[in-house]
Amino acid sequence: MSDSLPPQGGHVHTPLHHVTPISTYLTVFAALAIGTLLTWYASTLDLGMMNTPIALLIAVIKATLVILFFMHVLHSTRLTWVVLIAAFLWLGVLFVLTFSDYLTRAWPIY
Amino acid sequence: MTTTTLHDVRFIEPAKTRNYLNEDYGFFSWVLTRDHKRIAILYLISVTIMFMVGGFFAMMMRLELLTPEGDLLTSDTYNKFFTLHGIVMIFFFLIPSIPAVLGNFILPLQLGAKDLAFPRINLLSWYLYIIGASFGTYVIISGGVDTGWTFYTPFSTQYSNTHVFATTLGAFIVGFSSILTGLNFIVTTHRMRAPGLTWFRLPLNVWALYATSIVMLLATPVLGITLIMLMIERVLHVGIFDPALGGDPLLYQHMFWFYSHPAVYIMILPAMGVASDVIAAFTRKRIFGYKFVAFSSLAIAFLGFLVWAHHMFVAGISVYSAMIFAFLSFFVAVPSAIKVFNWTATMYRASVSWQTPMLYAMGFIGLFTIGGVTGLFLASLGLDVHVTDTYFVVAHFHYVMVGGAVMAYMAGLHYWWPKITGRMYPEWWARLAALLIFVGFNLTFFPQFILGYLGMPRRYHAYAPEFQVLNVLSTAGASVLAVGYALPLVYLLLSLKLGRPAGPNPWGAVGLEWTTSSPPPKENFHETPVVTWEAYDYRGMMKAMGETQNV
Repeated sequence: MSDSLPPQGGHVHTPLHHVTPISTYLTVFAALAIGTLLTWYASTLDLGMMNTPIALLIAVIKATLVILFFMHVLHSTRLTWVVLIAAFLWLGVLFVLTFSDYLTRAWPIY
Repeated sequence: MTTTTLHDVRFIEPAKTRNYLNEDYGFFSWVLTRDHKRIAILYLISVTIMFMVGGFFAMMMRLELLTPEGDLLTSDTYNKFFTLHGIVMIFFFLIPSIPAVLGNFILPLQLGAKDLAFPRINLLSWYLYIIGASFGTYVIISGGVDTGWTFYTPFSTQYSNTHVFATTLGAFIVGFSSILTGLNFIVTTHRMRAPGLTWFRLPLNVWALYATSIVMLLATPVLGITLIMLMIERVLHVGIFDPALGGDPLLYQHMFWFYSHPAVYIMILPAMGVASDVIAAFTRKRIFGYKFVAFSSLAIAFLGFLVWAHHMFVAGISVYSAMIFAFLSFFVAVPSAIKVFNWTATMYRASVSWQTPMLYAMGFIGLFTIGGVTGLFLASLGLDVHVTDTYFVVAHFHYVMVGGAVMAYMAGLHYWWPKITGRMYPEWWARLAALLIFVGFNLTFFPQFILGYLGMPRRYHAYAPEFQVLNVLSTAGASVLAVGYALPLVYLLLSLKLGRPAGPNPWGAVGLEWTTSSPPPKENFHETPVVTWEAYDYRGMMKAMGETQNV
């Protein structure tokens, strides 16, 4: 939050526009498809405690690919990164405080 | 680009000038408009209708509670009425009220901008609101919903045979309206301030709307996700909240309140912004501790996200977690108190003029303080056990939402009415209405604190006979309140025809919105304004007017 004048009257902020080649999109698409197949395959295996973490790991990788490439965040301005990080911090708040309940709840009573 | 001076007092007859109201005529010029001022009027009409619908349910409940027996409404109908009252008032009135009506109209004017950053998205947000409200209306007509406005599981997913799906879908859709408004406000505040209008020259109303927008943008998606999961469980029986299917009902409450507690700040933060502007205007002073008040809005927006589980203290959450949430809940009182003390300090030794907006602002400070302090009672783990789900809670949140948010909405509506319509409202009637609302409100809700403390539970249509006297007081107060709210509806509408022309700055207030004509032209300002004064520079204004008195 600075005291600087707001951009107005001729000052246009244009980030360098990065053109992503189609081959990148196709590669990412293939990776997402493989991820989906992996999720399905993992669901057929009994990995015990690791069932959910494995599924979540694949999902996180897929989401990261979508955010970085399909949503163009990889070549975006720092402001976009700040907004993205803020959103994840917020998600972190939801998780941490919710788990403050789940991890310390008196489960045996129920 | 020329400099518009603050003290430009050109008086222009509203009907004879070209303004946003007479720029274009016809139905489609309104429903397809991209002008933020017209969209604000569309919102004003919509939320007023919803306020009357919600008020109807409230009156019916108060009539039922006149006697201890359940003699007017059956228990099922009563359940539906309190549910619909909550849903209509929160999702379709309170949340859009100040931001979408007053914020839409005033924000670009206060920034010296021609419109919001995304005019089409602004119109889209109104359409989404209307679609959401249509679902709400469908539910009302086709038999109602009885889950309470919180849609708690497992009742909402397994047992309720009312219109849960349509209602949650309506709330889900109206959430997007809120998100788009928040997005629009944030971008507009960052990118479209007039030359010279630095962050610390912004009216506190802009800071408050900015903080509100952040909450709208970050919290509302969680409500959307939660309601979708509720619908999935209800319709497809996927186990998310149902323990029999491996879910957890408290997960619903965690996720619901992660939105719905910050939603309280969506209602109260803009109210604080309005109060700041009104108090500065009617005390002829800069708000004491401007930067503290500005940053306390952001602090409330942030801390408001960390307190949600105080709604769940008796629901079976971990006591350790409850202690953390109780502590954090106490913490949010700090920035709120900073505001209250600073408003009070602003009024100290000021020459206060007691016009209607100031009366409402005074009411706001007092009632919000009571609402806030009783919130601390509820954040205290021990006391909360005693008063949870009693009328104490009902009284508390009505002091915040009606005593706080609605009072400030009325303050803002009267303060900017001359700007919106170009005409003055009748001051005497308006003061009478403000008085009726203040008296009626306290008579309605103060007895409920006592009722709750004595142990009367909320959400029942019948009660023990010893509670009747206080309930009669409450219902009598509700009648006074209803008259108080009906009066502005009449005199504000009449003022459109009969009100005297207001001129650009009837209050002699400082702020960009008062430098343009009333009603403003379609493009808001004839020339791009250049800001050379600080926020609330009443001292400078007095000097410029050749007055030497200290302000």
